[in-house]
Amino acid sequence: MDFLNALVALSNFVLVPAIAYGSQLALGALGVTLIYGILRFSNFAHGDTMAFGAMVTVLVTWWMQSIGISFGPLPTALLALPFGILGTMALLLFTDRVVYKFYREQKAKPVILVIVSMGVMFIMNGLVRFIIGPGDQRFADGERFIISARDFKTMTGLKEGLAIKTTQGITVVVAVICVIALFWFLNRTRTGKSMRAYSDNEDLALLSGINPERVVMYTWLIVAALAATAGVLYGLDKSFKPFVYFQLLLPIFASAIVGGLGNPLGAIAGGFVIAFSEVTITYAWKKVAKYMLPESLEPSSLAQLLSTDYKFAVSFVILLIVLLFKPTGLFKGKAV
Amino acid sequence: MKKLLTATAATALMATTAMAGGHAKEVKLGIIFGFTGPIESLTPPMAAAAELAMKEATDSGLLLDAATVTPIRADSTCIDSGAATAAAERLITSDGVNGIVGGDCSGVTGAILSNVALPNGMVMISPSATSPALSTAEDNGLFFRTAPSDARQGVVMTEVLMEQGIKEVALTYTNNDYGKGLADSFQGAFEAAGGTVTISAAHEDGKADYSAEVGALAAAGGEKLVIAGYVDQGGSGVMRAALDSGAFDTFHFPDGMYGAKLEENFGSEIDGSTGQLPGTDSPGAASMISMGEAAGFDGTSSFVGESYDAAALIMLAMQAANSSAPGDYAGKVMDVANAPGEKIYPGELAKALQILKDGGEVDYVGATAVELIGGGESAGNYRQYEIKDGKITTVKFR
Repeated sequence: MDFLNALVALSNFVLVPAIAYGSQLALGALGVTLIYGILRFSNFAHGDTMAFGAMVTVLVTWWMQSIGISFGPLPTALLALPFGILGTMALLLFTDRVVYKFYREQKAKPVILVIVSMGVMFIMNGLVRFIIGPGDQRFADGERFIISARDFKTMTGLKEGLAIKTTQGITVVVAVICVIALFWFLNRTRTGKSMRAYSDNEDLALLSGINPERVVMYTWLIVAALAATAGVLYGLDKSFKPFVYFQLLLPIFASAIVGGLGNPLGAIAGGFVIAFSEVTITYAWKKVAKYMLPESLEPSSLAQLLSTDYKFAVSFVILLIVLLFKPTGLFKGKAV
Repeated sequence: MKKLLTATAATALMATTAMAGGHAKEVKLGIIFGFTGPIESLTPPMAAAAELAMKEATDSGLLLDAATVTPIRADSTCIDSGAATAAAERLITSDGVNGIVGGDCSGVTGAILSNVALPNGMVMISPSATSPALSTAEDNGLFFRTAPSDARQGVVMTEVLMEQGIKEVALTYTNNDYGKGLADSFQGAFEAAGGTVTISAAHEDGKADYSAEVGALAAAGGEKLVIAGYVDQGGSGVMRAALDSGAFDTFHFPDGMYGAKLEENFGSEIDGSTGQLPGTDSPGAASMISMGEAAGFDGTSSFVGESYDAAALIMLAMQAANSSAPGDYAGKVMDVANAPGEKIYPGELAKALQILKDGGEVDYVGATAVELIGGGESAGNYRQYEIKDGKITTVKFR
């Protein structure tokens, strides 16, 4: 019986990584859900938009590092992030002008827009690879750990270590700031209110004099900021590799749909549901059980519910169950 | 029509005369590699090396009373078993080859072996098929390989770890044939040697997050984490997450994890980690490189030395059996490859052929220090390395 060690082991391998991963997914899902709510289509290019934002940030970070700008213990990438956001905004406004605007004027069906977004996805995919290449890029610097496993052990004298990476801390803090700012914007500002009105009922919004092109533009700007931030946070925490962002699209969509497409609160909840389900269901509880249970009850096996091979299956089973019993998602979103 | 017939007959006659003029028979060897497909960039130098060995034997004029060795290339495609089988069939029935150098990839090699080589009693020596499954495939003593099986790597890994006194490891592998095969063979060997594999967990390459895998690996525990993956894929992701969470400090890397990235991205963080990859310090490797340079191909490219050795072994076995019939010389392959006898390096085929002609014995070492064990596969030579002060340092060759 050793409650503290069990708690620390659980935090180190389940809670901390899952919270960081959940925040990254939530930021990504917020972008997807905003586009779905306001522009009314599933944007498959979102993963690659994140990659593009991260790429611009990586390039600016390298430039800053080369001329000696640093951010003390924090990663330089945070200083470069605004440039990444600006770059992504420019890219998204450009694609909207040359691609989506045409289909919007045609009043194209959502399914056509979805296919169009896939086309955009492949173009962005190629663009990012063309500029920075398909390989791994490292751009993280500054202090790596808020507290490392070794320091934690010497500090507390516990057998288990707890590591919290700077990037994990930053991810959570930035995600919280983004979410607060977004909700404030949507609920308190005139533009935010007009966006929600446009989302709720397009015709009524138009009748009451809301300029649709402005709403669309603001949506893209916000989505660009969210995507670039999510992309950079993810890249900082793991590593930057274009292909991985493409793979990230699936869990992001799962999060958005589980939470309820079109509902920002749902996107955040969905992100954490998916992240925790991936990590906890496949976790081997042996270590925790060893600390918590009397010796006679100690498990001899790994006490693992499912092998890690199935972690993706887990999030999609959750997705299916939610869709079967609550087609609009956990929080009331729009029917898919 | 009549003219054409006459012309054909005349050409045939002339050809026959030309051959008779050489006072020798012709030995045909098939080279079946994936000249198109996923490894199309590797196969040209491999084939060039095999042909270099054949040219060497022809030029020496010593093989089977001055026989000419003619290489005939065929495309295995590396992945399409149907196409590979058809190509091999053509080599045997229409070209009438006396032996086959190939195939290259494990899957097609197995298909050619069971569908074509076995029914036709043809000898095959593959330079690059490493799947453990081929060790146990039915071959009637006709199939050999100059590349080590991944099963062998599992055993070598076990030896390396046991020598360091490590008895308990966690294991993660990339979820494909290579990773799974290697992980299984390592787990078998390690447990047979008295070690414990606490967990064997798959990871997918190129995924977003490896916290789940690392959580499970850490819970299972172990003195080292063995990563049977790729350094430029998920292997690095798992390693990064394991280091950051303090789950493991030292690792063991099979061949897929070897690369400059280890130094660049991890450096001294993984000091004390060990690994091994195929490699040899035998003088044959160096002479292979210079011979390749002279002949205009890259001698350092993957499986080039193995290809040269595969062709050389077939021809030496023919000489030892004094026959180019596969049924006759198949039994001699092991004899010429292993001790006792005069050691033979690349470029010394003429010397070897002379010794065999005089009734002596040779121990073919070749470019890759060939030593055939078990059912006729290379024992494999491995370079064992350790990460010291952030640098990959060679410990020894085994």
